[in-house]
Amino acid sequence: MTTLISPSPTRSHTSPEEARRRRRIRVTLGILAILCAVGIAAYLVYDVRGSWEYAMDLRGRQVGSLVVVGAAVGASSLVFQTIAGSRILTPSVMGFDALYLLVQTIIVFFFGGTAFMLMGVGERFVINTVVLAVFGMLLFRWLFGRNSRNLLVLVLVGIVIGSLFGSLTSLASRVLSPNDFLTLQDVMFASFNTVDANLLWVAGIVCLIGLAALVPLLRYLDVVDLGFDNAVALGAPYHRVVTATLAVVTVLVAVSTALVGPMLFLGLIVANLARQILPTHRHTELVLGSVLVGVLCTVGGQFVVGHLMDNGTTLSVVVNLVGGIYFILLLMRTVKL
Amino acid sequence: MTTTTRPAPAPSRGGVRAVHLWIGVAVLAVGGYLSLGIGAATSVGIGDLFPPTQSEWHILATSRIPRLMAVLMAGASLSVAGLIMQRITANRFVSPSTSGTVEAAVLGILIATMFFNSTSLVVKMLIAIITAILGTMIFLQMLQRIQHREGIVVALVGLMYGGVLAAITTFVAYQRDMVQYLDIWTTGSFSGILEGRYEPLYTVLVVGVIGYLFADRFTVIGMGESFATNLGLNYKRLLYIGLIVVSVMAAVVVVVVGAIPFLGLIVPNVVTLLMGDNVKKVLPVTALAGAGFVLACDVAGRMITYPYEIPVATIAGVIGGVVFIWLILRSAKGAAV
Repeated sequence: MTTLISPSPTRSHTSPEEARRRRRIRVTLGILAILCAVGIAAYLVYDVRGSWEYAMDLRGRQVGSLVVVGAAVGASSLVFQTIAGSRILTPSVMGFDALYLLVQTIIVFFFGGTAFMLMGVGERFVINTVVLAVFGMLLFRWLFGRNSRNLLVLVLVGIVIGSLFGSLTSLASRVLSPNDFLTLQDVMFASFNTVDANLLWVAGIVCLIGLAALVPLLRYLDVVDLGFDNAVALGAPYHRVVTATLAVVTVLVAVSTALVGPMLFLGLIVANLARQILPTHRHTELVLGSVLVGVLCTVGGQFVVGHLMDNGTTLSVVVNLVGGIYFILLLMRTVKL
Repeated sequence: MTTTTRPAPAPSRGGVRAVHLWIGVAVLAVGGYLSLGIGAATSVGIGDLFPPTQSEWHILATSRIPRLMAVLMAGASLSVAGLIMQRITANRFVSPSTSGTVEAAVLGILIATMFFNSTSLVVKMLIAIITAILGTMIFLQMLQRIQHREGIVVALVGLMYGGVLAAITTFVAYQRDMVQYLDIWTTGSFSGILEGRYEPLYTVLVVGVIGYLFADRFTVIGMGESFATNLGLNYKRLLYIGLIVVSVMAAVVVVVVGAIPFLGLIVPNVVTLLMGDNVKKVLPVTALAGAGFVLACDVAGRMITYPYEIPVATIAGVIGGVVFIWLILRSAKGAAV
């Protein structure tokens, strides 16, 4: 991918071609935003039978969690790809959300379910996120340090970690007391069909904070995208930006996993789609686009699965199916991974 | 199909002598004998085995001995299937569980259960074998089209492909309300093995002998079509024999026992690391090691939460996942992948 730093709009030498490109980006983002709004509205009002008040409360919470998940996954996947320097890497593919679940299991395993449940949703979330951040940073320092040139190794390790975690959960489910395991399941897969209002509030606010924390990093990420040598030559604080971005990614992953559990390929589809429809390398636009595409995918996908297919399947199965095929094609087609 | 990564050259200390095999057999026999003394029916302990009373013999004959035989055969056949696959593709990261073979077999059982629910186990097995062969053939086709043929990319494509097949299976099962059945087939466990329910497993012995007879030729076809043809071998026919041997073994085990993750991947790799890679010599050791590994997992699964059981797939998934990650990092450090 050849990168030309586009002249910033404040300098006024924009060629007509450049102006057209800028307009196209703005129009695309506008259309995405409108589609998101339409999707959300459709999800809320489609085929309401019985009490409107009840339907609005339930669907409002569902749509709220879908929006939070879509935004968190979209933003975190896109910036993660940039710092990893690869288009096939996303936090989920690297086993990041499996790590979140592992942290939960360890906490319940050592402290017991009762102590865990006595804490409020907020405290629990903070503890989880802090432990995950420390864990994640250590893991990624170690992996990036060892195999910085071989990202595929990281992907494979991430996927195996995911499957390893599946076995560990199953082991925990048989070794833990039934009560402790129920607690664990509750915290791990708060299914968005019945999202707890408190959890949604906490997650929504944390997601907003995470997105806000990303804003000052965005213009540095444009430079980080050029690779370590170029970024340092251009005077960007490379390591500081990468560390800060990883911290934000960790928080956003924790938000989305806490709400709906792991969705292996959602970020991969969303981030790549955003890069494909937006002809730009600026992260301000790319991240915004990725957030919108993410919301569109989750809300739209769930609308189709839930309302049109009458819950004939689950969103994550559809995402795995589409995403898996897409990932294989990426692996087979791309010459430079 | 040649790849850039050759299996690591055999360490010089390798080499299998008959004495090693007999030691292996002896260890396995003692382990198997001891495992007969474990079970929820506490009236039969290790001390009662010599000689058993009539009621004790009844428990042994209907439950304990079938279980032991199933453990040994499942472990041996999945490991041998992995070894043969790694030779055919000349790739250390290929195995029934990283090439969609197991997932295709599960899809086959689902189809069989949906359409011919009343038929016998044998018919289901035949259908599973056919889908396993088809699924593995598609994987081999994909391998030939792929840009990067390094071990790690191939493992990734295989895992993703398996994931897509699993998503299709879940999709179909969800529609038919059969997700619970899926859980049974995808979690390998010997707890349901009784006299009269495991005998189809003996097929793998016959297929295993065929695999052994062709062992050396499998190594040769792994070196590529032109190389094999130059040596006067019928490349296509041998490839199909290998494919059928592997698929039959994997499918039969999945139908009777369920899937045991990573077994076919890690056992042949570890054995080859220790013993060199002369297939004809290594194959019996691999069978013994696989049987021993599954026996150990099964015994552990029965002891940890005695008198309850942890399925063998769970234990093997935890140990196998850790070993797999170690193998990945090891190969990434050593070879230029």
